Amino acid sequence: MRWMWIDTVTAFEDGVRMEAVKNLSLSEELFHDHFDGEEDGLPPEPVMPGSLMVEGMAQTAGILVGSVNRFREKVVLAKVSKVEFDEDAAPGQTLRYEAEIERMDAVGASTRGIVRRLDHADGVWREIGRIDLIFSHLDNNTGGREFPEHNFVFGDNFKQILASAGLDRLFDDES
Amino acid sequence: MAVSSRDEIFEKVKDVLENALGVDPEDVTMDATLIGDLGAESIDFLDISFKLEQEFSIKIDQGELFPENLMSDDTLVEDGKLTDKAMDILRERMPHVDFSKLDADRRVNQLSEVFTVESLVDFIDRKLAA
Repeated sequence: MRWMWIDTVTAFEDGVRMEAVKNLSLSEELFHDHFDGEEDGLPPEPVMPGSLMVEGMAQTAGILVGSVNRFREKVVLAKVSKVEFDEDAAPGQTLRYEAEIERMDAVGASTRGIVRRLDHADGVWREIGRIDLIFSHLDNNTGGREFPEHNFVFGDNFKQILASAGLDRLFDDES
Repeated sequence: MAVSSRDEIFEKVKDVLENALGVDPEDVTMDATLIGDLGAESIDFLDISFKLEQEFSIKIDQGELFPENLMSDDTLVEDGKLTDKAMDILRERMPHVDFSKLDADRRVNQLSEVFTVESLVDFIDRKLAA
C-alpha cells in the first residue's frame, strides 16, 4: 500500500461528495527527507509535500468519480486545475480531503476539493488548502485511442480502502 | 435569461480562459487561437467546456464545441488531411467556427488554427439565442 495516500473514507454521498483522511506519522519515510524552508530560527521541520496532498485529493476525488459508474470506467487524473496551500501539515496531524463533483459527463469530470488539517492538540479541523481537479474517462478519450479492457485503475488497494469504510458494496454492484 | 451582448460574452469567455489555461487577460484577444496562442491541450477543452456550461448555464454536448475522434475515422482523414466529407461534417456540426482558413491547407494540424477565442464567443452567442 505504498502508493495509497489516504487511510480510509470517512464520509460518502453517492455521486456528490466524499471525504477521506490521512494520518501523518513520523515513522513514514517521507518525513525523513522533506522539510519546511521557513527561517524561523528552528531546525527544519518535517512537513507533508504538497504534491502528495494533491495525490491524496486525486485518490479521494478519483474514487468518488469512479463510484458513479461503479468502477466500470477507467478514471485517470487529467489536469490539476488549481492548487492553493495556506499552511503546512506535519507528523502527528491528520489530513482530511473533502471532494465534490462539480461537473461530470461521458468524457470526464471536474471536482473541487478542500484540504483540512486536524491538530490533535486543540481538536480543531482547519482549512489549509484547495485542490480542483479534472478526470478523464480513459475509454472515452477524445483521441479515440483504445486501452486494455481490464480496469487497471481501480485495483485491490482501492477496494480495501472502501472495505475499511464499509463501502465495498460499491464494487459488488459491478456487473 | 437575458440575452448577453457579444462584449459581455467575450468578457466571460475571457474569465473562463484565464482560469482554465492560466493565461494573462491581455493575451485573450478575439483572434487568439486556443492551441497555438493560448497553449491549450486536449484535456483543457473538457475543462473549458465545463466552465462555459457553468458560466452561461447551458448544456454543451460531447463533440458540439470541438471535434472528436476525427483521426480514427478513415473516411474523414486521408494522408493526414481532412477529406471533403470531413469538411462537410465540420461545417454542419460547428457553424460557430470559420473553416475558411482550411481551404488552402487541409492538414489535420491546421485545425488548431481555426479554434479561436472568437469561435467560442460565436458558439455561446448562437447557443444563448437558440
